[in-house]
Amino acid sequence: MSSHHESILREPLITGENITYAKITEDVLVPVENKANKAWWIGFTIASLGALLWVIAVSYTFWTGIGAWGLNKTVGWAWDITGFVWWVGIGHAGTLISAVLLLFRQNWRNSINRSAEAMTIFAVICAATYIISHMGRPWLFYWALPLPNQFGSLWVNFNSPLIWDVFAISTYFSVSLVFWYTGLLPDIATIRDRATGLRRKIYSTLSFGWNGSVKTWQRFEAVSLILAGISTPLVLSVHTIVSMDFATSVIPGWHTTIFPPYFVAGAIFSGFAMVQTLLLITRKVMNFENYITMFHIESMNKIIIVTGSIVGVAYLTELFIAWYSGAEYEQYAFLNRVSGPYWWAYWTMMTCNVISPQLFWFKKIRTSIAASWILSIVVNIGMWFERFVIIVTSLHRDYLPSSWTMFYPTWVDVAIFVGSIGLFFTLFLLFLRFLPAIAMAEVKLLVKSSSEQAKKELIAKGNLNKEHTKFYVDSLSKYDSVNPADYAKI
Amino acid sequence: MSKTKYILGAFADPDEMLLGIDKLQEHNIAIYDVFTPMPIHGIEAKLGIKASRLPKAAFWFGLTGTCTAFAMVYYMLVFDWPMNIGGKPAFAFPDFIPVMFELTILFAAFGMVFTFFFKNHLFPGRSPRVMHLRATNDRFIIAIDAQEVLDAKKIESLLKDAGAIEVLHNDRKYVSYE
Repeated sequence: MSSHHESILREPLITGENITYAKITEDVLVPVENKANKAWWIGFTIASLGALLWVIAVSYTFWTGIGAWGLNKTVGWAWDITGFVWWVGIGHAGTLISAVLLLFRQNWRNSINRSAEAMTIFAVICAATYIISHMGRPWLFYWALPLPNQFGSLWVNFNSPLIWDVFAISTYFSVSLVFWYTGLLPDIATIRDRATGLRRKIYSTLSFGWNGSVKTWQRFEAVSLILAGISTPLVLSVHTIVSMDFATSVIPGWHTTIFPPYFVAGAIFSGFAMVQTLLLITRKVMNFENYITMFHIESMNKIIIVTGSIVGVAYLTELFIAWYSGAEYEQYAFLNRVSGPYWWAYWTMMTCNVISPQLFWFKKIRTSIAASWILSIVVNIGMWFERFVIIVTSLHRDYLPSSWTMFYPTWVDVAIFVGSIGLFFTLFLLFLRFLPAIAMAEVKLLVKSSSEQAKKELIAKGNLNKEHTKFYVDSLSKYDSVNPADYAKI
Repeated sequence: MSKTKYILGAFADPDEMLLGIDKLQEHNIAIYDVFTPMPIHGIEAKLGIKASRLPKAAFWFGLTGTCTAFAMVYYMLVFDWPMNIGGKPAFAFPDFIPVMFELTILFAAFGMVFTFFFKNHLFPGRSPRVMHLRATNDRFIIAIDAQEVLDAKKIESLLKDAGAIEVLHNDRKYVSYE
């Protein structure tokens, strides 16, 4: 029930004075109901120029074929699959926040799930475009589907992880989209009921006629819970299958059983870093400091330490097993990673993914906005290098020394990668402008139980354990959105 | 006979609204529906609404997906065009599992969500059946069918006692949306 008070020891999830249901609606809808500000236009201009670059580079690839990229007969996968795995991994945090944290009843997810899910969808779009363009003849992409065909019904090979990937990625994209949109319905209805004229018509169509009756909410909650329950194994399966694209091959450096858990941890790691990168800016520009609080930032940083450390253990395990296996090709593949011509990529990966996130053990650093933002970008750079190291350094020196070579990207490789970031930000900025970036209905659930003002009222009543109250007030000192002077007199 | 079709009690606080439901029920007044900006836990039990059967539906949709995937892969790889890949058996069941799993999830998710949309008449372009424009923002609305009510005054006072901010006597069921 909404009057349930949670323990005073827990940090508040919403800060600020006079937070009412109406105020939440007002605050969240400021960017949707008003003209965009300058910061948005500057960001949108830069991002859409990036997206334009992406259109040009992808069109050029379609026109000339993948000879436009720097691939050669030894290195057949490079920036394309690196970019694909990087983007899919980034997408995973959205599902993790919306599904896994829902199952674990982590209420702090309520104010970040919407934008994280949006991020998932846009990241998977970026990933999917890599897959389509690396096919060489993208107009024949449907050959990957099990369709009756003119070759005497020769079906696709279901023994191949690449076909599993077709099913995994398309299921993941469509289920995430449905999950996200179903969650959006009540909030779109809120915009609809406040709008007039053409805006009302548009949002009315988008709202599917949502009215918030008891039965609607009851079914909505059932759907959310079950979708969360099935999305959790789904997200694990997707990156497991992505890792099997490598692990089931016989390339030294790829052929390892550790890949599935290692890839999943890496995906969550990079995904949270990207959520952090996006939300630290969003909260500032959109004035969401009261809803995306220091507690949220700190919690995400803690997940970054955990997953970063798992990834670190995986790197070391990989090295140990390569040595312990006694297989000389396997040993050479790893020796070549660490000290071969791509040593700089390996050590960039190690530094960015394993060493620098450990700085989050210091409370000062994990509650500093500037440090969190910089480290989140460092993690994303590191995770890009992880995929580059796995793919290119395993391929560039194969079994025949006469075919050993290096990979050099062309301008098209670079333009597609930079452009895909532009595409991602264009979509994200459009999302911020036209849809509520915070799940209003879900945040409203927290007002009476977990907001700073509700806890302040409890303290004012004075029936609480003094030590507990002191612990709580001390925990508020890290918040940038709480004025400690308010608590001086209590 | 009054022209009032529905009496609406608008509350600013969900707990006051729940109190309002209790008060109405004490006086055996039937509640038509309740509209809220967020899910209210425990309200189904109060209003005697049965648990949703959607989770069960999701299970059966999922099972359909599993069977469909197995049947498809078996037909294609074992029955229709078995391939000799290094002498290995065509019926390689472990390799079927990933696709069976993905289609289980796909069928469960889409089956359940579309059932939800169908049962609640949600589809793009449906005109919203809204009784109070702030029910999606900051008002918790109890709606009572006025045709079944003898004493509107009593209802008004019960709702007001529970803490209703306003009580409306609407001539039309829905807010017009033209």
